[in-house]
Amino acid sequence: MDAPPLTSPAPLLHRFANPGRFLRATARIMPWLWGVSLVVLLPSVAWALLFSPADWQQGETVRIMYVHVPMAWLAMAGYAGLAVASVLALVWKHPLADLAARELSPVGAVVTALCLATGSLWGRPMWGTWWAWDARMTSVLVLFFLWVGHAAITRAFEDEERGARMGAILALVGVVNLPIVKFSVDWWNTLHQPASVARLAAPGMHISMLGPLLACAVGFSLLFMTLVLARVRAAVMERRVEALELARAREADRAPAEAVPA
Amino acid sequence: MSGAVADRRGGLGLAASRRRRRLWVLLLCGLGLGGAAALALTAFQDNLVFFRSPSDIVASAPVDGRAFRLGGLVEAGSVVRDGAEARFRVTDGAHAVSVSYRGVLPDLFREGQGVVTLGKMGPDGAFRASEVLARHDETYMPPEVMDALKRSGHWNPEQGAAPPAAGWNTMQPAGATNGQPARTGG
Repeated sequence: MDAPPLTSPAPLLHRFANPGRFLRATARIMPWLWGVSLVVLLPSVAWALLFSPADWQQGETVRIMYVHVPMAWLAMAGYAGLAVASVLALVWKHPLADLAARELSPVGAVVTALCLATGSLWGRPMWGTWWAWDARMTSVLVLFFLWVGHAAITRAFEDEERGARMGAILALVGVVNLPIVKFSVDWWNTLHQPASVARLAAPGMHISMLGPLLACAVGFSLLFMTLVLARVRAAVMERRVEALELARAREADRAPAEAVPA
Repeated sequence: MSGAVADRRGGLGLAASRRRRRLWVLLLCGLGLGGAAALALTAFQDNLVFFRSPSDIVASAPVDGRAFRLGGLVEAGSVVRDGAEARFRVTDGAHAVSVSYRGVLPDLFREGQGVVTLGKMGPDGAFRASEVLARHDETYMPPEVMDALKRSGHWNPEQGAAPPAAGWNTMQPAGATNGQPARTGG
């Protein structure tokens, strides 16, 4: 590794550029992260699915919201995280940023797929259709393809560094889609209704439903972060094992060569 | 010793200037891409809307025989059911268009509800729909809160949108199941 860059605007980040230090630091917090995620998520889901009221017009179907909306938020917030990792990788060449981006995209793709699937299950009974090509749904579908495309392109090259570069560029190009997803329901008329919570006016949701929704959002976000961190740790360890095996193979190659002159 | 320090400084200066250049390239690409996307979206504005409102149709008459989507609210008191056929008017407040539809209406369909219908303009100026989708607004509340708003005269869902959310999103309706029984005979 190169010397600690004094001129970097992000000295804190570079403390974890050392994979060994990263593994040691995260090993201590991983059990806590798993514990807190489950302790927050399970009661929140129970609160939302069993103890929150039905909606005046949607009835019990409204409970799909407690999964659908956190998945939609995570799909977008996760993508913003992917963009930050990509900038760190392209500009600051942070060694963990590439790995974080690579391990983030499969989780992001799953979350976006869950958002689309729950939305479809919700749309059929409420709107009368599984799918419509309105601006919101189409832009979220594009977001899903960006996640899948990033996961694929970072793994498509023999040279991992090249794949990571391509992936980072794709991720940053895709950032254009984020404001389109968010504001599609305001800029154009759509089948999907406008935002209830993330808007300037007071939330258009009664507090008895807003509470469990926010709790579920926090729970799913914690689980999301835990999963991604666990994946990054596994990837770091995988690379260490590969390096060790490579070193051992070299050793084995050299041993008979050294034996010849003796 | 001093030479090594100077070397390292020089190296860091070079790395920093490379970083700065890469950052600028990224920022410029981002600006260009953002601008291009904004231009493209503005240019395709008309194709990005999911439906047209009655006012849009008054402003520019639809092409004869071409299917399109008409959206708005179902006008209060306009729904007539005649066997499998339903007739109603779709309004956006300023203008209204008569719609006829044969088929099953979605569960959420009612007067005052948002709908999106797909179909063609008939020769009599009425819209013949082949598909009706329900749109719901972005208000979520328990039925008790909605009843309380209705009883107090703050909102009639058949007449239009809910009042501003700040007025009801923390409301505790009497007799709600929140462990606070309505005070009776106390």
